[in-house]
Amino acid sequence: MAVSGLAFVGFVLGHMYGNLKAFSGHDAFNEYAHHLREFGEPLLPHMGFIWLMRVGLLIALIVHVAAAVELTRRARKARPVKYVVKKHTGAIPASRLMRWGGFTLLLFIVWHLVNFTFGKVNVQGGETDDPYNLLVDTFDVWWMTLIYLAAMAMLGAHLHHGVWSSLQTLGLTGTAASRARAKTISFAIAILIAGGFSIVPIAILAGIID
Amino acid sequence: MTDMPDTTLTSDRSHDEPSPGQYDDAAGYYTPGAPIADTKAPDGPIADRWQTRKFEARLVNPANRRKLSIIIVGTGLAGGAAAATLGEAGYNVKSFCYQDSPRRAHSIAAQGGINAAKNYKEDGDSVHRLFYDTVKGGDYRSRESNVYRLAEVSTNIIDQCVAQGVPFAREYGGLLDNRSFGGVQVSRTFYARGQTGQQLLIGAYQAMERQVKAGTVTEYTRHEMLEVIVADGRARGIIARNMVTGEIETHLADVVVLASGGYGNVFYLSTNAMGSNVTAAWRAHRKGAYMANPCYTQIHPTCIPVSGEHQSKLTLMSESLRNDGRIWVPKKAEDCTKDPRDIPEEDRDYYLERIYPSFGNLVPRDIASRQAKNVCDEGRGVGPMVGDFRRGVYLDFADAIERLGEDAVREKYDNLFDMYERITGENPYEVPMRIYPAVHYVMGGLWVDYDLQSSITGLFVTGEANFSDHGANRLGASALMQGLADGYFVLPHTIRDYLAEGPFEPLDESHPAVAEAKASVQERIDKLMSINGSRSVDSFHRELGHIMWEYCGMERNAEGLRKAIDMIRELKREFWTDLKVLGTADSLNQSLEKAGRVADFLELGELMCIDALNRRESCGGHFRAESQTEDGEALRHDDEFAYVAAWEWAGEDQPPVLHKEDLVYTAIEMKQRSYK
Amino acid sequence: MNLTLKIWRQSGAADKGRIHTYEVSGISEDMSFLEMLDVLNEQLNELGEEPIAFDSDCREGICGMCSLMINGEAHGPEVTTTCQLHMRSFKDGDTITIEPWRSGAFPVLKDLCVDRSALDRIIQSGGYISANTGSAPEANSVPVPRDNAVRAFNVATCISCGACVAACPNGSASLFLGAKITHLAELPQGQPERWSRVVDMTAQHDHEGFGGCTNIGECAAACPKEIPLDVISQLNKDLRTAMRHGH
Ligand SMILES: Cc1cc2nc3c(=O)[nH]c(=O)nc-3n(C[C@H](O)[C@H](O)[C@H](O)COP(=O)(O)OP(=O)(O)OC[C@H]3O[C@@H](n4cnc5c(N)ncnc54)[C@H](O)[C@@H]3O)c2cc1C
Ligand code: HEM
Ligand code: HEM
Ligand code: SF4
Ligand code: F3S
Ligand code: FES
Repeated sequence: MAVSGLAFVGFVLGHMYGNLKAFSGHDAFNEYAHHLREFGEPLLPHMGFIWLMRVGLLIALIVHVAAAVELTRRARKARPVKYVVKKHTGAIPASRLMRWGGFTLLLFIVWHLVNFTFGKVNVQGGETDDPYNLLVDTFDVWWMTLIYLAAMAMLGAHLHHGVWSSLQTLGLTGTAASRARAKTISFAIAILIAGGFSIVPIAILAGIID
Repeated sequence: MTDMPDTTLTSDRSHDEPSPGQYDDAAGYYTPGAPIADTKAPDGPIADRWQTRKFEARLVNPANRRKLSIIIVGTGLAGGAAAATLGEAGYNVKSFCYQDSPRRAHSIAAQGGINAAKNYKEDGDSVHRLFYDTVKGGDYRSRESNVYRLAEVSTNIIDQCVAQGVPFAREYGGLLDNRSFGGVQVSRTFYARGQTGQQLLIGAYQAMERQVKAGTVTEYTRHEMLEVIVADGRARGIIARNMVTGEIETHLADVVVLASGGYGNVFYLSTNAMGSNVTAAWRAHRKGAYMANPCYTQIHPTCIPVSGEHQSKLTLMSESLRNDGRIWVPKKAEDCTKDPRDIPEEDRDYYLERIYPSFGNLVPRDIASRQAKNVCDEGRGVGPMVGDFRRGVYLDFADAIERLGEDAVREKYDNLFDMYERITGENPYEVPMRIYPAVHYVMGGLWVDYDLQSSITGLFVTGEANFSDHGANRLGASALMQGLADGYFVLPHTIRDYLAEGPFEPLDESHPAVAEAKASVQERIDKLMSINGSRSVDSFHRELGHIMWEYCGMERNAEGLRKAIDMIRELKREFWTDLKVLGTADSLNQSLEKAGRVADFLELGELMCIDALNRRESCGGHFRAESQTEDGEALRHDDEFAYVAAWEWAGEDQPPVLHKEDLVYTAIEMKQRSYK
Repeated sequence: MNLTLKIWRQSGAADKGRIHTYEVSGISEDMSFLEMLDVLNEQLNELGEEPIAFDSDCREGICGMCSLMINGEAHGPEVTTTCQLHMRSFKDGDTITIEPWRSGAFPVLKDLCVDRSALDRIIQSGGYISANTGSAPEANSVPVPRDNAVRAFNVATCISCGACVAACPNGSASLFLGAKITHLAELPQGQPERWSRVVDMTAQHDHEGFGGCTNIGECAAACPKEIPLDVISQLNKDLRTAMRHGH
């Protein structure tokens, strides 16, 4: 769980960096998208890097979801009778959103891939083989932006607990100080990623990018 | 340390008192019986006796051990340590406790520490000094060969516990730390902050759980022993009630060990756990095991005072607090309601420092307790009125905080201070603590010989349940030592001598002794369930407690004790006609459990009063108003009472039979105890 | 003060159980929570209704026998055990809901009593140092650095009450498990069995039906002995090392 989660984190950090290229304009962004496909050549075939990444992500996804399902199943079994009253002292709200949050993210990812990668759906009916234009067209639609922003909020929450949690799972939080540090890192990453992703759609909707 | 400041005061009475033997306060309440002797302790120099006994104890072939079964009732330090050790040796052990886990035995509550003659501080300690201090602390009413052995094996205990991972306090260099404790002048007490008993018990518990896994120990939790089975002259098993299903179970074995703890709860309010009881010991007593010195009760001076009628138990504040806290009351009764911080130094009476200048606040428990009672009786107690007077004295840390700093005090005592604040709602860093004595430990218990075998063949008794090694008063940090000594190092040797005769004839449930035991348990439960009176068990227990505290507590006199006996007899009659127990017997029923225990406490309480009445001397925790020096100190009568009073059950409503075991000291001289 | 108590009653393992409502009056601030229940039980006894079964023994916060979910918090609103919780933590007129620990691994026996023997079985699976009686070396022959000794002690104070399990949304006993792993791992005496211990105990934990830890942290907030969350980190770390060593 922790390893797959952190692999995701690594991916989204890189992905976010790529997205921010949108601020550099049409060509820089498309150049980047293109570059991704050529990355590693001639060591790797064309599209080699991207497929390697895709396979990695797919494995991470399977592991992550399988672990999530197993943990959820065990938790259900471990408390067959619910409390009439239960307070949640000591837990951050994000920690209890993990399962719903994860499920939402799963839906999001499916839609996202349909949107940008496999289906290439341009909701404005415009062209689909220019990544930059697809991006801009998508987020010029307010409700698309809203869907994405909601997903990013979820992602932020997921990471707010998830990053701390994976550090704890990996046994890197052996003292009170390192635990406090892990919580700060976790919060920072959550803000960074959720914020970093959100800027692009907002900028497009606001017309800063067009 | 220099020698103890003993005075060789003789115990002769002044001439206007009658000569020995003239008084028999308990005449009519008992029947004299034949004297007994402990035949197991070898003769010879005291330092060699245990070695000799171990050598003489017969061996059991390892291959035979699996065929030999041992029942151990109790999983405290005494029982848990024994189960682990005997399991390791390969015997087939069945272990019983009434809690839901063996680790919850009341040994867990011990705070202060455990003594051992390691002499790590090079301050003059030795096996002999620990032996000497223990005998003296017990006011020369313990059996010297037992005490010597206790001191001798004490060092092994520490080694064993450390190997198990018990996290004792350590110094910066990584070696073990010690402190001085409970009225002795050497530092021989090992401790784990204020939770020594817990850590020692977890060590024993884990060792025992390891044997459960290995298959040598089977544990029966939430099981209460209600009868011992004595077949053909030997203890061969127990009847226990499964406290969850109510089933009455028979468990048979080659030998039975009782490690069932103390019976301080006869006083209702004590520092013991809610479930601590005398049932296991009392049932054995009724089957022939002698009950020795039942009146010897230790009243601990530093407990949190009673706050009201609803109180269910009293909480001990570790005695270690007396190392730094100063005990006082106002000199004038009218100051008792003032804020203590407003009472100027010259109006305070640091009475222990005044009366006992050399020991001060560190005098033994019995002395500290009785003096607290005295000042409260004089009307100088503090805190809320409970009944007709204030039951409390101050334990003040202001000086210590000034001398050492609040942080140092916090470092040493924070968990105790927190506990105090939680219970009383007062902050002891700011306001002096209030303390009052409470029943804490019983030195009395089932009589055992040097092998820890009771007067029933094949029934061994260890830990607080036996009449133990502490005479008339136990020194602080010595009960843990005794429990573990018995469990790890003594019983495993002596029981093997007994088991070398086994396996005994197989017994089955149809044996008349088994059937009789089981039927009697069933009958008693049916009776308790069917009285259908109007009073709750707790109300009887509380009333018994009042009687015991009032007449058989810190100070006793003949008139009060006779009155108490009558009152207890009356209460017992009422109990058996007006008790109300709801629910059913075949399910978890806590009222029924309590009822059985209170029924036994009623019988025990009577015997305690008879024993106290008989012992017309003051010694250790037993203070008879009729026997004191001119300045109010305890006065022993060695010529008449240097014996263990071992009482035999003579039947329902029959006066008990008194057997005396004379106490003979060869390695130590009997002196009148003085801490002045 | 006067209180309304909503208490879980269940006659035995086979019964489904339900909440009953009781009123108690004349409760003093100085009473402990359990003494308040004693008062209620005396009243019930008087009325001919069977008293409520709940566990307690030492009543001084050390044996771990008492339990109770009080208004949705294990051992109630303070950082202490139920037996050390005092009524001054409540107000006149409060409604208090009292339930047993809820865990598949802790079946309800009756009313508020549950069976926690699963925790003993976790200890049996490796929560000890194998040192037969009599085989121990001189105690001071192995010095233990004070910091290790202090940490070992701090986590060895676990009283095995099960509040961590009761509080954990996943029903995990990881805090309990981590406390024992850390206690023994801090000491030189605990090293020889360190890796097999963590593997065996974790396997037993899972086998008993406790949930997996997702680092929510409610356990540590409920723990009356303030066992810190870093014991779970230690547990994970030791488990990882053990796996790497092929245990
Ligand atoms: C608050 C407190 C603080 C103390 N502090 C210290 C200290 O600092 N140093 C020191 O040396 N001593 C101290 N003592 C005394 C010491 O703790 C006890 O004397 C000692 O632990 C008793 O151990 P034990 O094994 O004999 O019995 P316990 O630990 O009391 O165990 C009794 C066992 O018997 C079982 N049992 C009892 N009756 C039955 C039955 N009928 N059926 C089945 N099982 C039964 C119980 O379940 C339990 O397992 C303290 C005592 C108290 C109360
Ligand atoms: C594909 C959809 C996803 C699902 C169904 C999902 C679900 C979960 C669940 C159920 C947990 C369990 C922990 C808990 O309950 O607290 C979890 C943990 C975690 N998730 Fe996700 N998640 C998804 C996507 C992601 C993504 C995209 C990331 C990162 C960008 C991520 C990062 C993490 C991390 C770091 C953890 C913590 C792991 C640990 O506790 O060791 N997850 N996820
Ligand atoms: C506002 C936020 C986001 C935007 C604007 C965005 C945009 C894009 C774009 C434009 C692509 C296509 C890139 C290309 O084909 O070269 C893409 C691919 C992808 N995105 Fe996002 N993305 C966002 C958030 C996310 C998040 C949060 C995740 C994961 C949790 C994610 C996962 C992916 C994946 C897996 C791909 C496919 C990469 C591939 O295999 O080709 N995206 N995204
Ligand atoms: S870790 Fe804390 S909450 Fe859990 S059992 Fe131990 S003491 Fe209780
Ligand atoms: S609450 Fe549960 S999820 Fe882990 S951190 Fe504590 S065990
Ligand atoms: S009753 Fe012992 S901890 Fe609460």
